[in-house]
Amino acid sequence: MSRASANARGTARPPFWTTRRRDVLSGYLFITPQLAGVLLFVLIPVGLAIWYSLNDWNVFTGKQTFVGAEHYAALASDPQLPSVLLATAIFSGGVVILNITLGLLIAVLLNRRFRGATLFRTLFFSPVVVSVVAWTLVWGFLLQDNGGINGLLATIGIKGPNWLQHGNTAMLSVIITQVVRSVGVNMVLFLSALQGVPSQLYEAARMDGAGGRTIFTRITLPLISPTVLLTAIITIVGALQSFAQIAVLTGGGPELSTTVLVYYVFQQAFEFNDIGYGSTLALMLLSFVMLLTLLQWQLRRKWVFHEQ
Amino acid sequence: MSSETLSSLARRVLLVVALGVLAIPFVVPTIWMVAASVKPLPEIFASPPSLWTDHPTLSAYSEAFTFQPFARQYFNSVYIALLVTAITLLVSSLAGYAFARIRFPGANALFVVVLIGLLVPSEVTIVPLFQMFKRAGMINTHWPLILVTALAAPCVLATFIMRQFFIALPAELEEAGRLEGLGRPGIWWRICVPLAKPALSAVGILTFLTSWNLYLEPTVYLTSPELFTLPQALTRFTDAYGGEMWNTQLAAATMTVLPVLIVFIIAQRQFVEGLAHSGLK
Repeated sequence: MSRASANARGTARPPFWTTRRRDVLSGYLFITPQLAGVLLFVLIPVGLAIWYSLNDWNVFTGKQTFVGAEHYAALASDPQLPSVLLATAIFSGGVVILNITLGLLIAVLLNRRFRGATLFRTLFFSPVVVSVVAWTLVWGFLLQDNGGINGLLATIGIKGPNWLQHGNTAMLSVIITQVVRSVGVNMVLFLSALQGVPSQLYEAARMDGAGGRTIFTRITLPLISPTVLLTAIITIVGALQSFAQIAVLTGGGPELSTTVLVYYVFQQAFEFNDIGYGSTLALMLLSFVMLLTLLQWQLRRKWVFHEQ
Repeated sequence: MSSETLSSLARRVLLVVALGVLAIPFVVPTIWMVAASVKPLPEIFASPPSLWTDHPTLSAYSEAFTFQPFARQYFNSVYIALLVTAITLLVSSLAGYAFARIRFPGANALFVVVLIGLLVPSEVTIVPLFQMFKRAGMINTHWPLILVTALAAPCVLATFIMRQFFIALPAELEEAGRLEGLGRPGIWWRICVPLAKPALSAVGILTFLTSWNLYLEPTVYLTSPELFTLPQALTRFTDAYGGEMWNTQLAAATMTVLPVLIVFIIAQRQFVEGLAHSGLK
């Protein structure tokens, strides 16, 4: 190759579309649909919700008036809010406690080799794929005053309560319906955590003469505790968002006993058309979820540490 | 048989019995639903309750179709769920691939922005979204159900799962593609997407179920019965006095649950593992 042609190439304009530039362009193009979706259907609506919470709406004229923090002040004087928050706490707390203990119990029982383990895993998981509304309808039917559960109780001579019509039993019914439907997810997560516990630890403990209970509390539980904590938070966040089960099973009643925050948001915004106050309540829900997610990130660090 | 193997056998039997009892509330409601749907109405409330009837009838099934445009509602749910799943698979595999394999300025910051989509419950955004779609003239259409489900929270979870999957692919595969003269779209479509079948099927199942189960959104956006989706339609089987038409409702519920349940039982291994894989990683 002559010196002249090499010079000529050196002074020619380099091509604009280098591989690197093409890469950058395709990177942006590839993420555009997803980014647009999040902007349009999550970020802008959250911004609007904040704006709505500072305004009062007249549904009939569609007129908006800026009221500043008035709705936030109304939170403090809302006579229904304390019982709504209490119901939210009982529901989420009840769901998470039952979900974790039951999920863990089933996972521990299924984490041994025996014929039928896969079948049982399928059975416990099956409600997860049954749609929430169908599942809740069936339970609503079973929990009727003259429904299947009281029918069963009657055969052993017990007069069952009218489950959905009394405050305490209605809350219990909603919690159990929700737990049985969703515990399969936690069971699967716990099973994969249990399978990560090194079997040498169990063997060593058994050599030292440790019994089943000691092994569980001293080895299994500490090693999977980070998963338990994380699952607990995911479950609470999920419970905070349970709408269909409440709407279909009790409609928030009797009185306010099963009106959780999500359902209250829906009522204020779409039944009472109070868009400003409904948005304020929705932002309250968002702050709960964000707080829990923040906590989850803190725990996640701990979890990653355990893995190493 | 030695006493030791006998006691281990006894333990095993005890384990299966305990699991069997524990499984009752998980399994019986579904069986009950199917059984009650073929019973004559008075027998549904018979005491003691039974899972059996001597007079099976399918009248509740035909009633489900005459009381509401149930076939239409069924079609709505199916086509919306399929469309949402297809869009989500496309969008999330593109975005997941870009976030995992392409280095471009701002990628990390933009990824955090996308992840915020996972954090916001749909109940928080439903009021503003309703107003936005009202302005766009899309209330009482399927557009809000399709667009929000396909592109917001469920899609963000999908993008996250896809990214985790693509990160683990060996770099040599892409280099081989480059030597063949493929650009980024070619590498994504010809090399990475075919390899991502396990992740894509997990994402596909999760997205389909999310869309299939939506309840709040259709309740808010739809008012005409012929536009309803199944979960919403199920709650409308009440007679003129507001009384529940139990057998019709249970027959309709059976029709919405059984197809998904059967698919799940056939593909349960892949399904459960897909979920475990996506859950905490």
